[in-house]
Amino acid sequence: MADPLHQFQIVPLVDFGTVTLPVIGEQQLAFTNSHLAMTVAFGVVVLFLQVVTAGAKVVPGRWQSAGETMFGMIDGIVDSIIGHDGRKLFPFVFTVFTFILAMNFIGLFLTFTATSQIAVTATFGVLTILLVLAIGFAKHGLGFFKLFVPSGVPWPVLPFVIVIEFVSFLLRPVTLTLRLFGNMMGGHVALKVFAGFVVVGVGGSVGLGLGIPIALLSMGMTVGLTALEFLVAFLQAFVFAVLTCIYLNDVVNLGHGH
Amino acid sequence: MEAEAAKLIGAGLAMTGMIGAGIGVGNIFGSFLTGALRNPSAAGSQIGNLFVGAALAEALGILSFVLGILLYSA
Repeated sequence: MADPLHQFQIVPLVDFGTVTLPVIGEQQLAFTNSHLAMTVAFGVVVLFLQVVTAGAKVVPGRWQSAGETMFGMIDGIVDSIIGHDGRKLFPFVFTVFTFILAMNFIGLFLTFTATSQIAVTATFGVLTILLVLAIGFAKHGLGFFKLFVPSGVPWPVLPFVIVIEFVSFLLRPVTLTLRLFGNMMGGHVALKVFAGFVVVGVGGSVGLGLGIPIALLSMGMTVGLTALEFLVAFLQAFVFAVLTCIYLNDVVNLGHGH
Repeated sequence: MEAEAAKLIGAGLAMTGMIGAGIGVGNIFGSFLTGALRNPSAAGSQIGNLFVGAALAEALGILSFVLGILLYSA
């Protein structure tokens, strides 16, 4: 059976040679398949939003309402979670959401899922938490550390609560990263494993009498899993956007007991 | 036992962490349905909370999955 992890290999498509960086050392520069998938995702998002809003009418057509629904959905969650001050943060959340959604979907149509690379998802996680830190320190200065001191906690347990809050804050970028990475990678491995059973059933050593039912069952499972993966692809982008909003809300409305 | 075999058994054992995530996610959706069938008019507004709760519970299972993959491919 083919190796189900083979699909996650980074393959350089155009090689640009190597460069020597000051701290990291020698690095290979190349235009890889991961790079290509991200570029295609970026292009799809820009093209889609450009096309659906090209001939914008008061009464939207089919394509325009698809774009407006996506915009309205993110606008709705930003508004309901962060509130009035969320207006300024909407572009960030919308960009992250559409980009992750496009990469997840393109992974299902083409051969490579950029979001199944931990480097890509870690970038999103770190970007989000850096924005949270930047807004927190810019808005509240050192008052940002009140985030770890919840109000209304009796003082004997306060030290423990502060430690727990601090560790859970540190784990936020890690869970953001691993949730997206694990879901996309796990889903695609499961798909490949069942697709591999089809090949084993027809061409393997079990014989055609047993092999054909196995192949048919696995084929049905692959189709079902693909449908499930479309749901997961959307859900993970949505969850990433919602959690980004929740983390941003913590610092934007710090101490308002929101 | 050979180191290779121990590594593979360890990877398999790491996956048992997913049991907890399965129980957690099932509990969340089950509780949501129980509540939603009692008061369907309030269910729509809680869909966002439902998926966030499921995602948070699932993240812990994903941690064990990643650990398993690390052991398997290390």
